[in-house]
Amino acid sequence: MATRTRTQQESPSWQRVTHQRWILPLISLLIFLGIWQLLYFLLDLPTFILPSPAIVWAKFLEVLNNGMWWHNTSYTLLELALGLFFGSVTASVLGYVLSKTPVLEKIMSPFLVGSQSVPVVAIAPLIIIWFGPGLFSKVLICSLTVFFPVLVNVLVGMRQVSQDLRELMDSFKASKWQILHYLEIPASLPVLLGGLRVGATLSVIGAIVGELVGSDRGLGYLINLGRGQYDTALVFVAVFSLIFLAASLYSIVLFLERRALKWQTWQEI
Amino acid sequence: MNSSPEYSLVVQNLKVSFRETDGVLQVLDNVCFNLKKNEFACLIGPSGSGKSTLLRALTGLIPLESGSIEFPEVHGRTPRTGIVFQNANLMPWRTLEQNIALPLELDHIPQVEINSKVKEMIELTGLQGFEKSWPHELSGGMAQRVAIARSLVQDPDILFLDEPFGSLDELTRERMSEELLRIWNEKRKTILMVTHSIPEAVFLSDRVLVLAGFPQGIVLDLPVELARPRDEELRYTPEFAQAAATLHEHLRI
Repeated sequence: MATRTRTQQESPSWQRVTHQRWILPLISLLIFLGIWQLLYFLLDLPTFILPSPAIVWAKFLEVLNNGMWWHNTSYTLLELALGLFFGSVTASVLGYVLSKTPVLEKIMSPFLVGSQSVPVVAIAPLIIIWFGPGLFSKVLICSLTVFFPVLVNVLVGMRQVSQDLRELMDSFKASKWQILHYLEIPASLPVLLGGLRVGATLSVIGAIVGELVGSDRGLGYLINLGRGQYDTALVFVAVFSLIFLAASLYSIVLFLERRALKWQTWQEI
Repeated sequence: MNSSPEYSLVVQNLKVSFRETDGVLQVLDNVCFNLKKNEFACLIGPSGSGKSTLLRALTGLIPLESGSIEFPEVHGRTPRTGIVFQNANLMPWRTLEQNIALPLELDHIPQVEINSKVKEMIELTGLQGFEKSWPHELSGGMAQRVAIARSLVQDPDILFLDEPFGSLDELTRERMSEELLRIWNEKRKTILMVTHSIPEAVFLSDRVLVLAGFPQGIVLDLPVELARPRDEELRYTPEFAQAAATLHEHLRI
């Protein structure tokens, strides 16, 4: 401990700056934009193949000002929010029910294994065919994407609940509900939230694939629109918005995870 | 049978078996003993014997094959029991005070009452200042203090301890023994403590029960008639050595 403090004090100022956790990612982002702009000048490609960062930025401001950006982004956001909510809630409830009834878990196991090997995006076209291109089918795709990682993680989490703590609860003559409330849910929460974190990023892919297959609103629709009109800058705007959306979702889940698990020692990721 | 009020616990012809894949393993057979009110008794036996099994049977965590366990009524009600396990068994997502409050919460006690009882227990076990600590921040000895506080918070009449200091180092262990005696003095409970340490058993108890043989039964019921209050000095007296030697002899077979 003592040596650690000393090295920190002795380290040169630039090293202290790089310890700030946003500095290095920001530098790499700027370098990326620089190389991109350089390529644009060097290769002299037409704008519909590779627009420069400046053109993309101008396009972004344009769609932001005419309301097109928010009109589509908010729709994708709505799909994601509803999908994540319903998917994780049903998966958690079903997970706890299954872990309490091993027979049901055995019956469900082929679907659980199957779901791990077939990505939900592969059946997204089917869902659009069955339920139409509206909001419902997109929410369903998002729900399914987040459903299986959360379900599997709840089952794993429940199996990891300490036998000693179960015995402790038994010694207090706790009821089944009390065991669920006081022991099983808090004990399996870290694993559950881990599943939600994986599911949240995957569900962005689910939403976009759903929109690409068929929709008239959303970031996926914007990509389709840009492609059809050779408006490549618009495609870039949509893609960057998506990245931003996925990263924000990931951060929100991570934040919730840290709030809920403040009893653990957290390390910076 | 004769549930006279001077007894806290009457155990008769207790038999416990475990069903294993290759037949039935009988662990305890014909165990008979009783505990007087406010008595401090230790249960000692070779490691791997049925000590913990006996304690689990007494607290209702495992079923009996035959025999009876009777807790005579105290002041016209069924006596309450508390248990402390070998591991502190704290819930890592609850703070120290929340861990102590757990049995009261499970019993739907009003929050105001919980707060005052938890505070009292924290003072009794000397944990002041650590109320908001997380279990992973506590040392082994402190965690075990929390476990003791949690077992006492419901004010049990009988306290069962299953090698509570088994995972602690020698010095912490001796300090905890003295703490336990102080608490017992203050609160006056019937205590049955499982241990595999002869000095610990002699130092703490009024009576030492030796569990041995296979299947296990009580082979010796040794009263320890050393004056109380007991302190460190006692460990170096001839009487202490005498009692320890007797126990040692019975444990060797």
